[in-house]
Amino acid sequence: MSRALALIDGNSFYCSCERVFDPKLAGVPVIVLSNNDGCAIARTAEAKALGIKMGDPFFKIREMCRSQGVRVFSSNYTLYGDMSARTNAVYRDFSPKVEIYSIDESFLDLSDVQADRRVELARDLRATVRAWTGIPTCVGIGPTKTLAKLANHIAKTVPDLDGVCDLTDPVAYDHWLCRISVAEVWGIGRASLAKLEALGVDTVADLRDLDPRPVRKAMTVVGERIIHELRGLACLPLELMPAQRKGCAVTRSFSRRITDRAELEQAVSAHATRLGEKLRRGGLATNHVSVFYHTSEHDRGDPMRSVSTTVTLPEATSDTLALIKAALLGVAKTWRESGERPWRYSKAGVITTDLMRMEDSPRALIGQMDRERSGPLMAAIDACNARWGAGAVVPARAGVLEKRDWNTKFEMRTPRYTTQVSELPVAVA
Amino acid sequence: MSLHRVAELPEGGLSTVRVPLLGQRLCAGFPSPADDFLEGALELPRWLVPNPPATFLWQISGESMRGAGIFDRDLACVDRSLKAGHDCVVVAVVNGQMSIKRLVIEGNRARLAFDNPDLPAFAVEDLEEAAIWGVVRFTIRWHLVRGQFGR
Repeated sequence: MSRALALIDGNSFYCSCERVFDPKLAGVPVIVLSNNDGCAIARTAEAKALGIKMGDPFFKIREMCRSQGVRVFSSNYTLYGDMSARTNAVYRDFSPKVEIYSIDESFLDLSDVQADRRVELARDLRATVRAWTGIPTCVGIGPTKTLAKLANHIAKTVPDLDGVCDLTDPVAYDHWLCRISVAEVWGIGRASLAKLEALGVDTVADLRDLDPRPVRKAMTVVGERIIHELRGLACLPLELMPAQRKGCAVTRSFSRRITDRAELEQAVSAHATRLGEKLRRGGLATNHVSVFYHTSEHDRGDPMRSVSTTVTLPEATSDTLALIKAALLGVAKTWRESGERPWRYSKAGVITTDLMRMEDSPRALIGQMDRERSGPLMAAIDACNARWGAGAVVPARAGVLEKRDWNTKFEMRTPRYTTQVSELPVAVA
Repeated sequence: MSLHRVAELPEGGLSTVRVPLLGQRLCAGFPSPADDFLEGALELPRWLVPNPPATFLWQISGESMRGAGIFDRDLACVDRSLKAGHDCVVVAVVNGQMSIKRLVIEGNRARLAFDNPDLPAFAVEDLEEAAIWGVVRFTIRWHLVRGQFGR
């Protein structure tokens, strides 16, 4: 039976998550902002109609939002992650093979579904996701990932299709490929677009009919692969098991500039604490911790400084207290007292690149750490934070959550409706 | 519909499920921006929650459902995968507000009713003016004097 992949994604996913719990948001323009309430990263159709673009800085559109009645929210990643897990649980009821591609996009393998039943199944999937989770979606079906992605774009932009487009159907394939601009193809960036225009390529069909070999010269092997995928020859497999994580990073922009060493140390300790939690969740450990902090490129005229250093531990660990010690050593090695005009740091982060499984990691001969004590202590801290909310127990170096005023801002965040008993939505009786 | 794969079951076996099932998987394409904000999900026993991805908890505010045994500050477990039938207790959008009501279907007429002898029978005379959000499976009521939620 022929291969069929579906790409399903949530329409204006972050905004749709907000709408599930607040009926007043139905039919009005809604946008969600990035970290520190910087830019618009999700927009409903109503907000797009007002001309709000992806990535518009909030300070530029703030007045317009107020006058036009646009509802503006900070990102509520706890909620979006939870709603994403719910939608993927529904997808798995429809196909045993699901690749979670991003927080709001998944590939489903529909090869086992009869060709003439695929659209029907996709409609059923959309309706079920909408009913069970409240999230509206679109489904694109194709013999390859690139065609599934293209089909999804068509499903989203052509209202008559009612949210489903199937390019495994030869009639639809012939109909749409000569009508869609090549700019909509997955992986075609601005640079490739210019080269393709020079070759006289306008529609997706034009690109498909190019000889792949000369394209390889102009656009590398990626361009050649896109042509094969558009012809229905799969080059990108479904990745059902995510590769083992090789690196892990916790980086954050501060809500304001930082000049004080104690504050920087607190931020770096908080990032190291978060890093430890992420490592333990995956059963991973590291023996290298890189620390960086830098001033902002937007602060033109101010003194600039960018620092990065790596600290090596005697053996791999996921112990928060050991990671903090290493990260603070990194700060101590690189800190310089400011002169007359201080360095105003805008961002700091803690990064590891050589993760290994805790149980596989070799023990050190010298400087061995006490895993027997650290393991239960970390497990207890994680259990407290799971039960009473993130930040319930923190190392003193990282500072109490409420007092970290350098923390990334989410000032217009909605409640964590689905994960905190104290923040549940309210129904009036 | 309640099809559950073995891989989804929590390590502790069948006794509890997470509402929702929070995936620990990593995205194959883009790292999830939510990765840093994942929280432990609310846990409920499996036999109470047959369909976790469609199940949500709501807090109740008000006394209009006392006749149904639902009181101020109770928690309602709402299943969006259930079809609302006659006499179901539902969470519904009424006049732009989330509210909990009893669905009364008589012939081909559907109405939303209060369940409190001190109040008029019907809150919404015609279901056209309301949208059902989900069906209440059960509610949770504390009989201890509560200091605080969540403990």
